[in-house]
Amino acid sequence: MIRNVAAPAIEAMNVARRYGRRWALADVTFRVAPGRVMMVAGRNGSGKSTLFRVLSTAIRPDRGWAKVGGFDVEHEREDVRQRSALLAHQSYLYESLTAKENLDVVARIIGRNATAALLDRVGLAGRANDPVSTFSAGMRKRLSFARALLQEPRIVFLDEPYGQLDPEGFQLVDQVIRELKESGATVLVATHQVDRVAGYADCSITLDAGRVIGTSGELE
Amino acid sequence: MKRSFAIAFALLAVGVYFGLIVTAGEQYLHADLSLGVSVVARTLIAFLSGLAAVIVFLGGDDIENYARPKILLVTGVLFLLVGSYFGLFVAPPEQFMGDTQRIMYVHVPTAWFALLAMTIGFVSAVVFLFNSDFVWDARMEGSIEVGVVFAFLLCCQGAIWAKPTWGVWWDWDPRLTTTAVLLFAFLGILALRRFVEDPVKRGIWSSVATIIAYVDVPIVYFSVKWWNSLHQQQSSPNTVSKPFWIPLRANAFGILLLMVAFIMLRARISALRLKHELAPPPLVEAQLGEAV
Amino acid sequence: MIAALRKELLLQWRTRAQFMAVFVFGASALLLFSFAVGPNAEILRQFSAGFMWLGLLLSSTLTLAESFHAEMENRALEGMLLLPANARVIYYGKAIANWLQLVLLGFALVPVMVVLYDAGTTRLLSLALVIMLGAAGLSAPGTLYAAMTAQVRSKQTLLPLLLFPLIVPALLASVKLTSLIILGDPMGQLSSWMKLLTAFDAIYWSLCGLLFGRVVEE
Repeated sequence: MIRNVAAPAIEAMNVARRYGRRWALADVTFRVAPGRVMMVAGRNGSGKSTLFRVLSTAIRPDRGWAKVGGFDVEHEREDVRQRSALLAHQSYLYESLTAKENLDVVARIIGRNATAALLDRVGLAGRANDPVSTFSAGMRKRLSFARALLQEPRIVFLDEPYGQLDPEGFQLVDQVIRELKESGATVLVATHQVDRVAGYADCSITLDAGRVIGTSGELE
Repeated sequence: MKRSFAIAFALLAVGVYFGLIVTAGEQYLHADLSLGVSVVARTLIAFLSGLAAVIVFLGGDDIENYARPKILLVTGVLFLLVGSYFGLFVAPPEQFMGDTQRIMYVHVPTAWFALLAMTIGFVSAVVFLFNSDFVWDARMEGSIEVGVVFAFLLCCQGAIWAKPTWGVWWDWDPRLTTTAVLLFAFLGILALRRFVEDPVKRGIWSSVATIIAYVDVPIVYFSVKWWNSLHQQQSSPNTVSKPFWIPLRANAFGILLLMVAFIMLRARISALRLKHELAPPPLVEAQLGEAV
Repeated sequence: MIAALRKELLLQWRTRAQFMAVFVFGASALLLFSFAVGPNAEILRQFSAGFMWLGLLLSSTLTLAESFHAEMENRALEGMLLLPANARVIYYGKAIANWLQLVLLGFALVPVMVVLYDAGTTRLLSLALVIMLGAAGLSAPGTLYAAMTAQVRSKQTLLPLLLFPLIVPALLASVKLTSLIILGDPMGQLSSWMKLLTAFDAIYWSLCGLLFGRVVEE
């Protein structure tokens, strides 16, 4: 393997994480260079979501370490959080607030102001003032996407971005990922749409039972 | 590790000597064993070396060996037997309260060591929050449980004393009431531990709750004291004059040793459970594991 | 900080129907207390402060638990924590919002108390102050424990179990102060109880803020 001179965007070494008695991640080691789009494949329960949650600092690794953007996920969480964003299974939305309000809450806390533009981008401009409780699963996904993009992250973790979306939604996701890549961001995509994502991903790893069982493409 | 046990035992011996043996010598052998140390200094030495012994016993405990707590258990029971004999049969009845006062020989030490156990729990909680070492979580669980048991005993003893003396089971004495509140607070923390399965979360949450509850103890005490101040202030039975010292102190040492022994034993149970819960991921056979 | 508080107030406003329900719960509690004691006007008046605060305390468990309901639905709390914002800010936003709700609840229960127990007073400003200080004493540790128990099974039983022994001093002080205001304060005890309550609030608002981060991180 050629040693890359630049620091990897993401580094994980022997990362393990348990839930009760079960080790969701047993031993995950990999590296990704900046600006790459990496696909993370694996069956249900292989640990993809857990891996993303560890890398985005939502949870701590029980063993091993990981660095995102050069910052340790356990000891330098604030720095990681400033540079990354997670699109998770759970939407992180407040049911009783409207779409616009949900985004405004985030915007005010982080000091950005692109709410209206993003709502338009994800195709929710028409429903901006409706409470999230009236949204379908696909619309929530779009809103969560907008929420993640609002943070203008350099490193993005997308956990099943295509889930619950219609064909237009699929195209939206493809477009957004392409734009992110063009802007130099590093994107990790956990997905079952392996063929679709393989079409544009630079590299991939496959997880099974919390371990990396295969890699392909240039990770670095 | 073995050395710390010996040191702690030596400290204990010093405390027992100055706190108990000298007084016994004065009273029953009419001999002066005090080595020239004044009464006040003796009490202070006994108190400090007892405390130091507790700290070294628990701090140097590796939560593995079972012989040590058993030794302490046996020694503690012996002291308790001596103290109880003196307390029940030898010491004179008190001036105002007669024989009911004898319960003070267990009540007073139980009170001291309930508070000490809770303090040990508090210190363990703080240390655990700083270094995330599960040994301290085990110690905290052990000391809180022992503290809860002692607090419960305190309430029972208080009730037993109050009925013949005041005619009611409970007299809202500030110290006893604070103990009751303390009992409920820490029972709540133990309940919290039962409901949380993840060991890390369980440790952190119960440490936080312990700190919050412990800080509250003096506040509760003062508030209950003021609240109760309009009522007649009950006087405590006399335990300060010399004839009462021997049973009181013998029991004190006994209960101190029992407290330490129980904390050690309970911490071992916790530690075993934690070892099981924190086991590393199982190794899988050759086919997987080809890393990048 | 303002942003966090704003979000809390917005959430509370959206779910304001729930406030009505909690108020009715509190008022019913006060009614039930009078049934427990009997229609003796003297006694009811004497214990009115205690009843009101007990009613408020019981209602607070509902309010506090509810304050984290929205956060747990879609893991919104985690979403907030992952933003580059301090966990402490989130805590104080919630604690202040809960405090406001409890104060409003307290104010709403006063007329109920006045009517049911004939426990009126003209010293409304003092009463308002006591309610605000007492609610602060409930809100700070309550918000912390609500955050903890929201993530656990049996959350309804754990929250009161943990909270009630802890807030005994605040309860004693609030009841005593309210009693002194309604029934008179011949021995001038008001200021010492005020000091106790204020000290309790100061200690717990700082301590719980410090510890909140550890409680919600995973």
